[in-house]
Order: sequence, then structure tokens, then C-alpha cells
Amino acid sequence: MKAIRTRGGLSVRLDVRTAVVVALLVAAALAGGVVLIGTGDFDIPAADVVRTLFGQGDAGQDFIVNELRLPRVLVGLLVGAALGLGGALFQSIARNPLGSPDVLGLGQGATAGALLVIVVFSGSAAQVAGGALVGGLVTGAAMYVLAWKRGVHGYRFVLVGIGLNAFAVALNGYLLTKADFVDAARAVVWMTGSLTGRDWEQVWPLLWLCVVLLPLVVAHARPLRMLEMGDDAAYALGVPVERTRVVLMGCAVLLTAAATAAAGPVSFVALTAPQLARRLTRSPGPNLLPAMCMGATLLIVSDWASQRVFGADQLPVGVVTGVLGGVYLLWLLVTERKAGRI
Amino acid sequence: MNRLIADHVTLGYDQRVIVENLSVEIPDHSFTVIVGPNACGKSTLLRALSRMLKPTAGHVLLDGDLIHAMPAKKVARTLGLLPQSSIAPDGITVGDLVARGRYPHQGLLRQWSADDERIVRESMESTGVAELADRYVDELSGGQRQRVWIAMALAQETPLLLLDEPTTYLDIQHQIDVLDLCAELHEERGRTLVAVLHDLNHAARYATHLIALRDGEVLAEGAPSDIVTAELVEAVFGLPCQVIDDPETGTPLVVPAARRARRTAAAS
Repeated sequence: MKAIRTRGGLSVRLDVRTAVVVALLVAAALAGGVVLIGTGDFDIPAADVVRTLFGQGDAGQDFIVNELRLPRVLVGLLVGAALGLGGALFQSIARNPLGSPDVLGLGQGATAGALLVIVVFSGSAAQVAGGALVGGLVTGAAMYVLAWKRGVHGYRFVLVGIGLNAFAVALNGYLLTKADFVDAARAVVWMTGSLTGRDWEQVWPLLWLCVVLLPLVVAHARPLRMLEMGDDAAYALGVPVERTRVVLMGCAVLLTAAATAAAGPVSFVALTAPQLARRLTRSPGPNLLPAMCMGATLLIVSDWASQRVFGADQLPVGVVTGVLGGVYLLWLLVTERKAGRI
Repeated sequence: MNRLIADHVTLGYDQRVIVENLSVEIPDHSFTVIVGPNACGKSTLLRALSRMLKPTAGHVLLDGDLIHAMPAKKVARTLGLLPQSSIAPDGITVGDLVARGRYPHQGLLRQWSADDERIVRESMESTGVAELADRYVDELSGGQRQRVWIAMALAQETPLLLLDEPTTYLDIQHQIDVLDLCAELHEERGRTLVAVLHDLNHAARYATHLIALRDGEVLAEGAPSDIVTAELVEAVFGLPCQVIDDPETGTPLVVPAARRARRTAAAS
């Protein structure tokens, strides 16, 4: 822990290890992005990709890089970041790693919204995304109404979320049985979570949302750290407990719903990214920025791995994030157990 | 006028009223202890005094202002609270936890001043946890942990400090240890302390001002040696007893009547 102080009385506290982890994760995510842009039916060396990104490439490469592959990679980075941050917020508010949006039914709720649009209205891609967003927000609102009696109590919150999840899963199963063959195939692809065919239309809304929400989240990060000690302790320190929770919960629901709307319910990122991040930083607290960067890195690496191993667009990224994130987390847990830490 | 006052407050949760129309003043620079049987409303009163519970009628006043209308951080710079149950975040060190007590004095761009650093160090020294600064809180014993939480409340640097059953779950040695620490904070720094305690003898020994509650009403208040009598203990706790002088300190010592004596008293 280092403190940086100015003579004007301003001071900022910086955990060196956390800063290094964040820097490395950002570098890894960006490098992964460059490699991913170069990967596909038509491979482009990384140096050419970078040159083209800065507008120095030839016309053919410019089209492939900037029009076809860059938006897809950007969607991947943003979706991963949004899921990682949303997951970290949820887990911190619930004071429980199980309190992450994919366990609590936000992903399934958003899926229900999307399926409704696909199956009942046969809507366009944009309408499906809208449906997913609304589905996620409705689930978040239901969670608020059902679990919010005099503050959040970890297990109550998780149990209500699991209940909502079960309900949404049932609804989704029902919608699938009602769908005709074409719609059902489309729905199943959407449900696995995939970056295939994402373009600038998905990038902009997600980017703006992150630009607006990130400062709001950062401004409430310190009160959130205090909340982890329990409502009473936070209250005693002068934290506006209920306001902090409502604001951050709202941000987390929006981030998760928007990410799901853009790429489908990519599984496991929201659960694992914060856990991975805190094991790397070894720092208590919600680890918001590290979780966000970890989410982005995880998604990009997963997408790259799925393309390398299975060929372009064969395996949706949602399958790989589950495998990679899960195995990495298990490995960390096992090695830490050996080292005597929890 | 005293700094912390509850003025005709009615307190409760949802529809259930626990305390009705109660007025209490905390004398400045006192070590006030609130005692009473279970469910008499003592913790509820402490929650109201610390702004955590809003009275349904009446007011709590801090320095003459309505405590619920004051900005949260301003209250937190004047009045600290050691809650009954707090959660030490996973993997947090003693130093980091104590440092969190500085929160009400900090801001987004004033995160860790030289003052913060000095005060955190002093708080750890005066509670005897300075040498534990780099240890993880989960590794500590119950007594050490309670000292760490007290150090955090001290780092908040408030002239008033409220403690909700600070000795629960501790063995007798650590109970005395924590109470000695409270007495030191009260005597040496002139802080006003308000504690809820279960043990009447501890209360009588350490308090300078005692408030005895039963069913949400104050039955007696004042210096322990003035008010603790066998009649009062029986009225408050329903327990026949003798009150003798504590051989160590001369303060009242409550000795419950033997089982047989209580039976005959009940039969007659």
C-alpha cells in the first residue's frame, strides 16, 4: 500500500500489487485483442494489425480489420469488462461469491426477454437485444422487491436469486418447446453466448453505457468497501448504506443486462472474474477494476482459444469461458489450499 | 446541555413498539452503561442514539441538532459505534481494518493523509494491537479481534463512542481486558463512552453513570454506588439478591440469592 500526497493536502492510496495486476491484465486484454483480430480464415500478422488499426494498412486489410473484426473484438472486451464489473459488484453487495448475476438469474432473465422476442415476435437482432435488456432489468427489479427487506442479508438475497433463476429457466424451456424449428435454432445459438457477427451497432451502446456507469461505480467504490464489514459498521462510519447499495445494484444490473443483450448469456465470467482478480491482487475489498480487466481478458482469451482450437465461429465463446474460467479458478483454489491460504 | 440526548423517543421495528416515550441524557465525559434484562430495549436505545434506528416519535439530538437530519459523515466524525456483529472482510490485515476507521475523515481525493497514518498507528498502540498490524484478522483470537475493532472505532476519532455489548463471546480475562481498555479511553482522553453490558457487576464496577432499563422504561439512573440496591436489582431483573461492597473496588457487588432462598421467597 503506497500513499501519494500533494502539498495541497490531497492524497490517493494505491495498492502497488493491484496496480501491477490491473496494468498486466489491460496489456493482456489488448494484446489478446490484436492477436484475435489477426486470427481467422485470413490470418494477419500482429504488426500489420497494429499498423492497420492506426490507419496505415492497405485497403483490403483495412476492411477486414476495422470493419469485420475490430467491432467483434471490441464487443468482446466490453462484454467481458461489463460482466466482470457487474459480477464484482453483485458479489460484494451479497457478501457472497455465489451472489453473482449468472447464479442469481439475471442471465436467464435476460435470456427470457430475448427468447420472448425471438419466439413470439420473430424480432430482428436489435429487437432481441432490446428484449434481453428489458428481461435483465425486470429480473433485477424483481430481485430488489423480493429480497430487499431491511437491507440485503446474504443468503436471503442468494436464495431469492436462485428462485428467480429457476423460474426463468422454466420459462425459457417452455418458450423453446413452443418455438418452431428455425426460431428454436436461433434461440439456442443466442443462449450459448457468442461474439459471431457482432459489429459497430453492438459496440456503441455498450461503450456509452460503460462510459457513463464506470465513474458512478468508482465514486461509490469506497463506501462499498465499508459495506463489506456489515451494515452496522458501515453505518457507524457514515456510509449512506441504502443509497450506495441501490445505486451500485442498479449499475450492476444495467451492466450485466447490456452485456447479455450484446453477446447473449456468456456463462461464468461474472462468477469467476472477480474471484480470479482477488486471488491475483491478494487484496481485500471488491477489487472492482481488477475484476473488470480480468473479465475482458478472460473473454478475449476464450474467444481466441475457441477460434484456434475449433476453427472460426464453430464454438460459441460462452462454452469456452465456462471451461477456461472454471479450470483456472479450480487450479488457483487448489494451489492456494496447498499454500495454506483459503 | 449534554451532547447526546434522546428526547421522548418511541422506538420499534415495523409495528412492534419496544420503547415508548423514553427520555435519556448521556452525561458528557461519563462512562455510561445501560443495563437491563433481555429484550428491555437497551440495544434498541443504543441503535437510536447512534442514528441507526429512526424514532417513530420524539428526537435524538446530537449537539442540539436532530441526528437524523445531519449529514452521515458529520455524525460519524462526532459519534462512533462498535456494533455487536461486524464482518472482517476476507484476507484483510489488522492495519487495513483499523485504517478503515478513518473513512468519515476521508474523501475521493483525500484518501490517506499523514494525519490518517499517525492516528491509525496511535489507535493500534493504545489498544495494544500495533505488533499485529500485518497479521490477518481471521487468524486472531476473539479477544485480539475485539481489540482490533475497538482500535478501528478509535481511529474514527470521535469524542463520543457507543459500544454494543463489547464483551460478548469473550472469556472472563478478555472481558476485563476490554473493559479496562474502555476505562482508560474514558479516563485518559475524556471521551464519553456509552456501553450496553450484560454483566451487572462489570457495569457497577466500570460505569460512572448507570441507566437501568426494564420494558423500555428507565427505572433508575445515576452513579452505581448511589442506585444499585437489592430492591433495584429485583425490580429490574426480578432476581432476589444481596448487594455487598466489591472487596476490590468498593463498588456494589450483586450476589444472587441461593436457589433455596429464592424458592421460599417465591412460596411466601
